[in-house]
Amino acid sequence: MTATNAKVLSRYEIARHFRRSKSGLAGVAIILGLIGMSIYSTVAIPLESYRHWNSPNFWIDYPRSAAPSWVNIGLGPKIPEHTILHMKDATISSIEEGQLRAVVHSYALNFNYDYYPSDFMLLYSARYGSTQPVLQVNVVRPDGQDFMIYFASLPSSQQERNEFSARVFSTDRAIAENLRDYEGIFSYKQDSSRPEIMIFAEAQENKILKGQYVIRETFYLFDSQDSIEDSGIILGGKVYGLMGTDELRRDLAVGILWGAPIALFIGFTVSIAAVLIGLIYGVFAGYKGKHTDEGLMRVSDVFYSLPALPILIILSVTIGRSIFLITGFLVIFGWVSMAKVSRSLALQLKNMQYVEAAKLMGQSDTKIIFRHIIPQLLPLTFATIAIAVPGAILGEASLSFLGLGDPSIPTWGQILHDANSSSAASRGLWWWIAPPGIMIAITGLAFVLIGNALDSILNPRSRKI
Amino acid sequence: MGGYGRFIAKRSINMIIVLFATLVLTVSLLGPTMDKILTDAIKFNVVEEITQKELQFSTLEERQTFIDNRVKDQITTFGLDEPWYAPKRFTNTVLKVMVLDLGKSNYLTSDSGSSNVRDIILEKLPKTVLLFTTATVIVTMIGLYLGAFVANRAGSIWDRLNSSFAVFSGSFPIWWVGMLMIFGFAFTYQIFPPHSTPQTSPSDPMYVFDLLYHMTLPLITMTLVGFGSWAFMVRYFVVGVLSEDYISAKRTIGIPEKRIVYSHALKNAAPPIITVIALSLASSFGGAITVEAVFGWPGLGRLFYDAIGFLDIPIIIGLTYVSTVVFIITVFVTDLMYAYFDPRVKVA
Repeated sequence: MTATNAKVLSRYEIARHFRRSKSGLAGVAIILGLIGMSIYSTVAIPLESYRHWNSPNFWIDYPRSAAPSWVNIGLGPKIPEHTILHMKDATISSIEEGQLRAVVHSYALNFNYDYYPSDFMLLYSARYGSTQPVLQVNVVRPDGQDFMIYFASLPSSQQERNEFSARVFSTDRAIAENLRDYEGIFSYKQDSSRPEIMIFAEAQENKILKGQYVIRETFYLFDSQDSIEDSGIILGGKVYGLMGTDELRRDLAVGILWGAPIALFIGFTVSIAAVLIGLIYGVFAGYKGKHTDEGLMRVSDVFYSLPALPILIILSVTIGRSIFLITGFLVIFGWVSMAKVSRSLALQLKNMQYVEAAKLMGQSDTKIIFRHIIPQLLPLTFATIAIAVPGAILGEASLSFLGLGDPSIPTWGQILHDANSSSAASRGLWWWIAPPGIMIAITGLAFVLIGNALDSILNPRSRKI
Repeated sequence: MGGYGRFIAKRSINMIIVLFATLVLTVSLLGPTMDKILTDAIKFNVVEEITQKELQFSTLEERQTFIDNRVKDQITTFGLDEPWYAPKRFTNTVLKVMVLDLGKSNYLTSDSGSSNVRDIILEKLPKTVLLFTTATVIVTMIGLYLGAFVANRAGSIWDRLNSSFAVFSGSFPIWWVGMLMIFGFAFTYQIFPPHSTPQTSPSDPMYVFDLLYHMTLPLITMTLVGFGSWAFMVRYFVVGVLSEDYISAKRTIGIPEKRIVYSHALKNAAPPIITVIALSLASSFGGAITVEAVFGWPGLGRLFYDAIGFLDIPIIIGLTYVSTVVFIITVFVTDLMYAYFDPRVKVA
């Protein structure tokens, strides 16, 4: 912690030592990974999915509390994966007979799971005028059976050629009625009111029929100007995606990925701002000495003694909880320790001969502080910034965890808050709890590793012991 | 001795300034919200009063004027006609809280039904003290022995394992580890209750056991997260002492190594360690908020969390003030002790 140690090493030497520190390099690697995640999330994930994080309608196609899909890897029974197919996944063909057109969207679906799907949904979106198109849905099963499960005209449109979107649920009465015709195929009693089971069951034995299913959605259009904008099928499963989903059907992978740039932003902004403020404040106090020092140190004592989390909570409740405000609040509590350290170092440095010489040459105080004292403390400053990052990230995460974070964006703390308020832990929804916490810990760990590596280079005493 | 007296005086003044500043800050932050809540409550009470007394009015306007007048009257009696920052009200609030006259809460009550903020805090305080003191004692015991153990083997595999564990465990948010523990030991293996509020009533003879049973999971969590960094810190101080000359002297005269490490070195490293114990206990309120929120432990942190939910301003101000007082007095006492034992501190 002494200035003389910090002075001996040149920038080049610090870099050389750092390259030899395994833990420091590991920290850098983790941070590069996080930056990669941030870039990926800004480029690959549509911005709207993060803006819509808290709007339930956006996530309606997703399953509720689904585990990650990789739980199926292994020998255990395979849990059906939640599948969302849209027009782009379909093979489209079209037959024309005069005015009448039949547009066929067929979806191929491999069903090799050991449980029945929980439900399914048929989606469509069509543009038509006064004559309503007719929708027919067939399911061709792996055993060759062709079930016509739905045949009905789309709802009448009041206006000229508006786009009409709707979804047919597996609980629809029309599906059950159509399926009743096929009950005879089964050698045992099948219940046509549970289509998600009947469609996926074997005819001879009461078990799941595995293999490739083809779902054919045929639209009969009666006007040459009518068109099909979208179609699709959602097969309800219990596992989904890389990270699963939460109680509100949100894709946790989106939240985890978007949490990275936000955490890095908070960590860097808070620690850099707080440490720089503390550095200048402390050096100024130490250099000026006497009453200035006394007064400034009393002020920093006040900040040191304030209970940080309670005051942070009060601030976010009364002033606001946007991410920028929270960043500012965290700075208020972050600068004090650096101020204390840099003050004591400035006390030593100001008696160095070159500082006295500069003073005798009539250089202004500001110039001496910024040209002669602060540059000596820069290595220490970088180490302190790195060590201060986890505190900032944890601070924001704790606030978010208590439900006092920025409500408009997903942060790791907030995901954990939602998990805790839905008592995810006592319900066993581990995929909702583990990843955000691991991300918080890894991010913090990376900066601590770098900070410790820098610190042990700058303070050989702590390296030795 | 004159130097020591001046030191105490300076520190005392300092302490009072800090307390005052905290209080002024808290009151200024919460003042506007407090006024709004109180005015709303008065309006609500007046309308309630009309329905209860079944007062009849010939016109709607008459009713409205009656309400307005009643509200105005009550606002004057409560002194709310002046804003919270009016000198009289402001000094009044600050001075009252300073002497621990914390007033009445808006919504929350103690289990015995009192809405006196002091009663509520005194009722919850023992729970937080119980949980956090026990945790600190356990963590300190493990930390002391583990720290001294690895200090004696600085650079060994044990030492490196301990250092990595300290860095690693320090990175995890304690409330997250708490959630994992609930998942592991309340869901997967149903050993402990997921919610730590005891079900039996305090008068029941089994209450103590029920309380201890409910306390186990939070306790294990805090120990797991805490002991690594404690051992690391103890190691740091002990290694410092072990490199002193008088220890080498003891070695040369043949005092057994075990005795040197666990008795002499640990004893000499005690002052900074005791300081850290005192400060961590005094500042445990901040940690209590998140830990008690996860486990539902009925202590001060939980009370603060609930008070934030209900915006129960008197409780928020009271708790913030009390926790600051505890922290500052601890800092003060440890400073004095340090100065007494180590005269160099006074000069610096």
